[in-house]
Amino acid sequence: MYKILGKRQLAPQIYLMDIYAPRVAKSAKPGQFVIVKIDEKGERIPLTICDYDVEKETVTIVFQTLGKSTIEMADYQVGDYFSDFAGPLGEASEFIHEELPVLKQQRMVFVAGGVGTAPVYPQVKWLQQQGVQVDVIIGARNQEMVILENEMKALGATVYVTTDDGSYSRKGLVTDVLKELIDSGKAYDHVIAIGPMIMMKFVAKLTKEYGLKTTVSLNPIMVDGTGMCGACRITVGGQIKFACVDGPEFDGHLIDFDEAMRRQAMYKTEEGQSLLAVEKGSHTCGCCGGAK
Amino acid sequence: MSKITRVPVREQSPKKRVTNFAEVCLGYSLSEAMTEAARCLTCKNAKCVGNCPVAINIPDFISYVKKGEIAEAANVIAQASALPAVCGRVCPQETQCEGKCILGIKGQPVAIGKLERFVADWARENRAQPAIVAPPNGKKVAVIGSGPAGLTCAGDLARKGYAVTVFEALHEPGGVLVYGIPEFRLPKESVVKPEIANLEKMGVAIETNVIVGKTVTIDELLEEEGFAAVFIGSGAGLPKFMGIPGENANGVFSANEFLTRNNLMKAFKKQYATPIKAGKKVAVVGGGNVAMDAARTAARLGSETHIVYRRSEAELPARVEEVHHAQEEGIIFDILTNPIEVLVDDSGWVAGLKCVKMELGEPDAAGRRKPVPVPGSEFIMEADTVIMSLGTSPNPLISATTKGLATNKWQCIVADEQTGLTSRERVYAGGDAVTGAATVILAMGAGKRAAQAIDDMLAG
Ligand SMILES: Cc1cc2nc3c(=O)[nH]c(=O)nc-3n(C[C@H](O)[C@H](O)[C@H](O)COP(=O)(O)OP(=O)(O)OC[C@H]3O[C@@H](n4cnc5c(N)ncnc54)[C@H](O)[C@@H]3O)c2cc1C
Ligand SMILES: Cc1cc2nc3c(=O)[nH]c(=O)nc-3n(C[C@H](O)[C@H](O)[C@H](O)COP(=O)(O)OP(=O)(O)OC[C@H]3O[C@@H](n4cnc5c(N)ncnc54)[C@H](O)[C@@H]3O)c2cc1C
Ligand code: SF4
Ligand code: SF4
Ligand code: FES
Ligand SMILES: [Mg+2]
Repeated sequence: MYKILGKRQLAPQIYLMDIYAPRVAKSAKPGQFVIVKIDEKGERIPLTICDYDVEKETVTIVFQTLGKSTIEMADYQVGDYFSDFAGPLGEASEFIHEELPVLKQQRMVFVAGGVGTAPVYPQVKWLQQQGVQVDVIIGARNQEMVILENEMKALGATVYVTTDDGSYSRKGLVTDVLKELIDSGKAYDHVIAIGPMIMMKFVAKLTKEYGLKTTVSLNPIMVDGTGMCGACRITVGGQIKFACVDGPEFDGHLIDFDEAMRRQAMYKTEEGQSLLAVEKGSHTCGCCGGAK
Repeated sequence: MSKITRVPVREQSPKKRVTNFAEVCLGYSLSEAMTEAARCLTCKNAKCVGNCPVAINIPDFISYVKKGEIAEAANVIAQASALPAVCGRVCPQETQCEGKCILGIKGQPVAIGKLERFVADWARENRAQPAIVAPPNGKKVAVIGSGPAGLTCAGDLARKGYAVTVFEALHEPGGVLVYGIPEFRLPKESVVKPEIANLEKMGVAIETNVIVGKTVTIDELLEEEGFAAVFIGSGAGLPKFMGIPGENANGVFSANEFLTRNNLMKAFKKQYATPIKAGKKVAVVGGGNVAMDAARTAARLGSETHIVYRRSEAELPARVEEVHHAQEEGIIFDILTNPIEVLVDDSGWVAGLKCVKMELGEPDAAGRRKPVPVPGSEFIMEADTVIMSLGTSPNPLISATTKGLATNKWQCIVADEQTGLTSRERVYAGGDAVTGAATVILAMGAGKRAAQAIDDMLAG
């Protein structure tokens, strides 16, 4: 059993929780994820590790209520328990294996869409703490859906925010901001995009034109998360990979996004539809242009 | 009952059982078991024993059954096997113990598996399991994976007084017994869970949700957590795909995914959250036990189900009993047929399976006739769901994160056949992780031998 030690609502439908999970906290690295199971009858829900504290032995998750399981999860309070919390899973972000002097030479920009801002956070934190200065573009549907902006700034990152409806900061898509920054002379070496598949697809499309190295973090449907079922398979450079063990981060220019998006929608009509209390289209973060 | 024909075992009728997930085989009653046991000749040089991978003293336990002394029969089995209720159900008896029974030469062999199952079920229901545990010796051993190999190794070491912790990646212990083999062949609540509860009663600690290699490494277990030895029983869970076009379409699953959703996650029960999709017409590709399990599961979920197999019926690698049960349940066997493409509709779903007819050509090195495509015989099979059941290989997670742990070209961990010792000191391995996908009883045997070797090393 894994106790919920902290809970905070970050935005309508977006929740942050600190979970007591000593083993996971000790081994977690930026880029990895966990599998959470609420109770005996629950499904296995993959969620990115958004922060970890070795001393407090906690792991932070941030999730958006989309369907049956995440809506149920949001009802859990501090002091309650999840029955299962397994991880850390997947490979850590590639940059943690690089030499620090090399990293410091790199100009990295993170592109975060909606709830995807949360998985960007531990990567930015890790880099900024090593003294690597990074830029972050956060995109959200509207002002109240912008999350972790202040936390990112507190790490020392340069943050650009854009909203779909212009209710905050500026109006436009994350790709607009990225393009403007590049065109204004920012000589980025590496773009890391995390958000809805459709956003990552368009970021990758844009950066390909500029020949800019791009990493994306895929979130296909998973079951075990350990390489046992193949549910998470995706096509990377024409080859089948299992996102849970080979990823979840991949070269954005090699992904077959259209296939990945079709696979992600596999159970759309199957379960939880009637329970989808949130308004239709809550999956659109606003950052990605026609994400539906 | 004559000595020639065996006592038939009661089963749920095929019509009824395809509508439920309850166990197909209902087992013997006491009188049926005693009658069947009476057929055994109690051979002096019993050939059956030599063909049981853990050498259960078969004539001995059966003689007790003959007399109705079931507790004594259980004690005999317990000396050799930790999971008799499981093995009595899922061992390929026709090629093992029963395959060498003297009665099989002229007629039907003694139903050794069914008798073993009867004894084990009786023992579980009628008395506490004999759990004689030596006093604690203060030494810690880590077991990775809670399949039959890991459970057996853990049980044997606990009995010898070791403090054993089993680390399991999934949220529930049992390995393939829980996530792979379906309820209708191996009931989880009544058979598998009590076996695991028994181990816990003996003091074995089971830590679920620990993926060794990710959550903690073998080196950390040995160096930081004070384990004196490690046994790796991580199985062979990595599914293979064919590599044909369209294989990533929605509606194409590995048998592991399909079975895991249904068995481990209990998708067939309404109250459980995990979804499962089995369409109107399901094609299961492959001919092994796993394919039979997937097909029979799909049938129970209401689908018209086909087995698509590239050789002929005689070559089906699945157990005869399973093939027979599948046929009774209305599963259609499309033999000498090989898929070459999954057809995909506009929305990304399976629209059909393009296949080619096969014929058997020259025998290969192993004497098996190789299937070859019949030119121009391509045709399209109707299907909206395809389940790939092409075998599995060991997951590289552990070998990739353990320095100096040797593997072979099939990703299997290299281990000494007698002791299970790997290329790393104090690290042992056994079961499917070493042999590739094999059987429950072989995994158990390996767990047993490793427990002995670990004891020899640590006691010395
Ligand atoms: C590696 C990875 C990291 C993720 N990180 C986060 C995160 O940090 N925060 C967050 O809010 N979400 C994250 N997700 C997505 C999250 O797992 C799904 O939103 C969640 O499973 C939805 O479950 P549900 O029952 O509430 O909704 P459902 O109604 O079941 O599904 C809604 C949508 O969620 C997706 N989904 C459903 N089941 C799964 C599944 N088993 N695995 C993956 N996706 C599924 C599908 O696209 C589906 O259409 C991540 C997914 C992956 C694979
Ligand atoms: C569907 C199906 C039907 C079968 N039917 C039969 C049958 O009828 N008769 C028969 O004899 N055999 C059958 N088999 C084969 C048999 O089940 C296996 O040979 C046997 O279970 C192998 O046992 P094992 O202990 O080596 O591994 P497994 O049973 O595979 O157990 C391995 C365990 O280790 C865990 N694990 C893996 N990696 C890690 C890690 N890094 N850290 C922690 N834990 C980890 C896994 O989650 C799993 O629980 C069948 C197999 C399948 C899949
Ligand atoms: S363990 Fe298997 S092989 Fe041995 S006697 Fe029992 S059923 Fe036969
Ligand atoms: S070979 Fe057959 S008859 Fe002889 S002891 Fe074994 S089971 Fe009995
Ligand atoms: S989630 Fe099962 S293999 Fe990746
Ligand atoms: Mg769900």
